Amino acid sequence: MKIRLLDICHARSGDKGDVGNIGLIARKPEYYPIIKKYVTADLVKKHFEGICLGKVERYELPNLWALNFLLHEALGGGGTKSLKNDAQGKTLSSALLRMELDISEHLTL
Amino acid sequence: MKDNIRVASGQGFWGDLLTAPIDQVTKGPIDYMMMDYLAEVTMSIMQKQKRKDPSLGYAKDLVPLMEQLLPACIEKNIKVITNGGGVNPTACRDAIFKVAKKFGIKGLRIGVVLGDDILGCLDSLKKEGIDLKNMETGESFETIRDRVMSANVYFGAFPIVDALRQGAQFVITGRTTDTGLTYAPMIYEFDWAADDWDKLAVGVVTGHILECGGQASGGNFSAGWKSVPDLAHIGFPIAEAYPNGDIVITKHENTGGMVTIQTVKEQLLYEISDPTKYITPECIADFTTIQLEQLGKDRVKVSGVKGRPATEFYKVSMSYLDGYAAVGTLTYAWPDALEKAEAADQILRTRLADLGLKFEEIRTEYLGLNSCHGPIAEMPNVINEVVLRIGVRGQEYDAVERFGKEIAPLILNGPPAVTGFAGGRPKPSEVIAYWPALIPKTAVKPEVIVEEV
Repeated sequence: MKIRLLDICHARSGDKGDVGNIGLIARKPEYYPIIKKYVTADLVKKHFEGICLGKVERYELPNLWALNFLLHEALGGGGTKSLKNDAQGKTLSSALLRMELDISEHLTL
Repeated sequence: MKDNIRVASGQGFWGDLLTAPIDQVTKGPIDYMMMDYLAEVTMSIMQKQKRKDPSLGYAKDLVPLMEQLLPACIEKNIKVITNGGGVNPTACRDAIFKVAKKFGIKGLRIGVVLGDDILGCLDSLKKEGIDLKNMETGESFETIRDRVMSANVYFGAFPIVDALRQGAQFVITGRTTDTGLTYAPMIYEFDWAADDWDKLAVGVVTGHILECGGQASGGNFSAGWKSVPDLAHIGFPIAEAYPNGDIVITKHENTGGMVTIQTVKEQLLYEISDPTKYITPECIADFTTIQLEQLGKDRVKVSGVKGRPATEFYKVSMSYLDGYAAVGTLTYAWPDALEKAEAADQILRTRLADLGLKFEEIRTEYLGLNSCHGPIAEMPNVINEVVLRIGVRGQEYDAVERFGKEIAPLILNGPPAVTGFAGGRPKPSEVIAYWPALIPKTAVKPEVIVEEV
């Protein structure tokens, strides 16, 4: 079935220099195995093409049903150097929630 | 030993809700209140202020706030811990003493933590063989040495504990970790040992939950912002801490906002990198060990936290001047709003090039369309209006200033149905870049002084 991350997750993003971090949190415990399986660092890198110019790292927090992504070179230099309107990456969270997945599992949304 | 203590978040950053600390003090019982005034660039601003006037260099906002709150804090025995001392904690302390005298308050003990400011020691540290290379890029410190505007070591909880042990009711620090500001009271009240890694990690996690104020109690809430009650009167979070390391995150009952597992999770995931290695001066906390449980309305229990020994280093935060920047905006209305904004952008860039102005970067974004989500954004069928936002950054002040004078003329001399220039000519602002480094803990020691009014 086709789903959008917005349907099954919430998220929060922040910054550390030129790196944006996005915490992707499953809304229910049964959704966590889905995001763990499908939302890879590579997929996130592709999703943010044009925004994230560096590598993407992924970390798992099963205790919180969450994944943490680090998007390198995503903030136009970061801090006061960046000319971006969203220099602190505060809207990267909702950008990730736009991601669409075609999953083989069936979920009740 | 107290059964539990209530540590309140009073302010998440300089510029946060002015009424939040007042609500924390007046709307329910708390024992401690933490106030954070230092962003990365704040120190460089404060150094400038101190250079112009040696009695400045701290967060001046603290003074009017304490004029409102100090009597209540004394009466309710609420202790305040803040990094608002900036680069002049002693001057900050003296300003608070003045407020105390004004109210006839006697016997107030204020502690200051000094020693974090190493701006004046950079040469002697170099002679000792301390290498302040950029911990992220490896670049040599010599590349920025003559442009450094501030240099501060991140001390943690223990100097504050020291001040509390000397009877301080108010602790003013320079650069300190936000987590340290928040959980030092737990170490002090419950005698947690300096090598009790799990308890220290509990404190660190609690500090991280509280350090951004309302962002843990319903603010910036992705999971369900519409369900958050009364954001106009949002109550900042409060940590109810127990001697055994159990923590309950809560807030005052008669405030807006909410504390749920989801609000706490969002703050836990904010500004972290490797969750297993959250490094602080006291310990390394593992965020993958945190367990959350909703105990009742606006009460979330935090438990299970595990920690590891601290590293042998403090983190150093330095700032240096890296040029100037300016940003201008203009609003274009239907019809052809985007086309006109793009045309205006081209006109502007052509003029800047013709003027021979050199910039390190020129960036154009279209607010209302895709400035937040870039290529991922869906384009609407009808564009009613769009804001052209164009910024430049470079080493030459004059070039950046000249750019600022090219925005207004576009209203009369560019594409039509344009407005939004009431803000005035964009002026160059300093680009303060950030240089993170590590310094051996043996190379720098905090100094704690407690005085009584």
